Amino acid sequence: MSYLMKHLPHIGGLTLQHLALVGTGLAIALLIAVPLGVFTARTPRYGPPVFGLAGVVYTIPSLALLAVAVKYLGLGFWPVVLVLAAYAQFILIRNIAAAIAGVPAAQIDAAKGLGLSGWQRFTRVEIPLAAPALLGALRLTTIALIAIATLGGYVGAGGLGSEIFFGLQRQYIEETLAGSIPAAVLAILADAFFRTLERAALRKSG
Amino acid sequence: MTWDDLLLHARAYVALASAALALGMLAGIPLGAASSHVRALRTPVLTLVNIGRVVPSLAMLTFMVPLFGLGFRPALAALALLAIPPIAINADLAFRGVPAAALDAAAGMGMTRTQRFARVEWPLAFPLLFTGVRTAATEVIASAVLAAFIGAGGLGEYVTTGLQADQPKWLWTGVAAIAVIALAVEFALAFTQRRLEKGR
Repeated sequence: MSYLMKHLPHIGGLTLQHLALVGTGLAIALLIAVPLGVFTARTPRYGPPVFGLAGVVYTIPSLALLAVAVKYLGLGFWPVVLVLAAYAQFILIRNIAAAIAGVPAAQIDAAKGLGLSGWQRFTRVEIPLAAPALLGALRLTTIALIAIATLGGYVGAGGLGSEIFFGLQRQYIEETLAGSIPAAVLAILADAFFRTLERAALRKSG
Repeated sequence: MTWDDLLLHARAYVALASAALALGMLAGIPLGAASSHVRALRTPVLTLVNIGRVVPSLAMLTFMVPLFGLGFRPALAALALLAIPPIAINADLAFRGVPAAALDAAAGMGMTRTQRFARVEWPLAFPLLFTGVRTAATEVIASAVLAAFIGAGGLGEYVTTGLQADQPKWLWTGVAAIAVIALAVEFALAFTQRRLEKGR
């Protein structure tokens, strides 16, 4: 712990890098997963092939995917972001589809009866009602991405993983723990943060 | 790189993952059974288990190094700890989902507590419990690759050597073997689960 205390500013910088990796990966993942999730919720017969493909990617251990990405895209930030975005698809698409499909049909009919357009129904009825489940999907994805982003340290993308791997190479466990303890804390805080939002959304929509 | 070498590494990888999964079941199922039966245990067990589920696997592996040094033992301990949460959470849900009427009927038939557990609760809880084991297996198989970083060997070594020494052959062999094993286990477990659900 003394190493961690002595290098606090450095660890803080690595934490920000870590969050940048996770944030960028998550943002790109959402650009793909939200349309796909809504689409599979509306047309359930396309669910199995979409979930199947995303599931195959999800089942392959992340280090193997990352190694392939690094082989073709080189070291650094973007290959890691790409792997994070690919890995997030399964959790996101499946949960977004389930959340949207779980909105009661009666509510949608009522919105139609009020004369709301398709887009209005989506933004004012479906999204608010699905919000707790959507936040749950974000929570699970964020936690998974924080974990996978630690591997970024191995391929020159920085983040808390770089401290972990420097320490392992030098067999200096204090340095390793200065990366892995903050990574664990970050994941626990992200979990708590999204759980709080989920509870607030549940109160509002319930 | 030879076939023998690949088999040796694959065997070490599978042995590590299955030993960890077995330990995870040994600890996780009783934990879930306890938390579902004893009200006072539920919150502390589920809180602890949730923290265990959230901690990144690479971090969990490194946490075991000060306790066990480098090698197989810290990897086994870390992977077992990663396997416990999904198993315990599902076991808790599974046992709590057993209908009270079924238990009452069994008691009315004169079954003892042990008989009720073995013949009523366990069979009814099993399919959901199995889902937890399946989640844990996916997690352990992915994390067992990372065990190479703390000196536990296995197929992860092919990937790390392939990247560090820029040896595409090693890299691809490792990636392919890992992907094949992970997908094969996933398909086998998904198949088993479908059969279990049909048998209900």
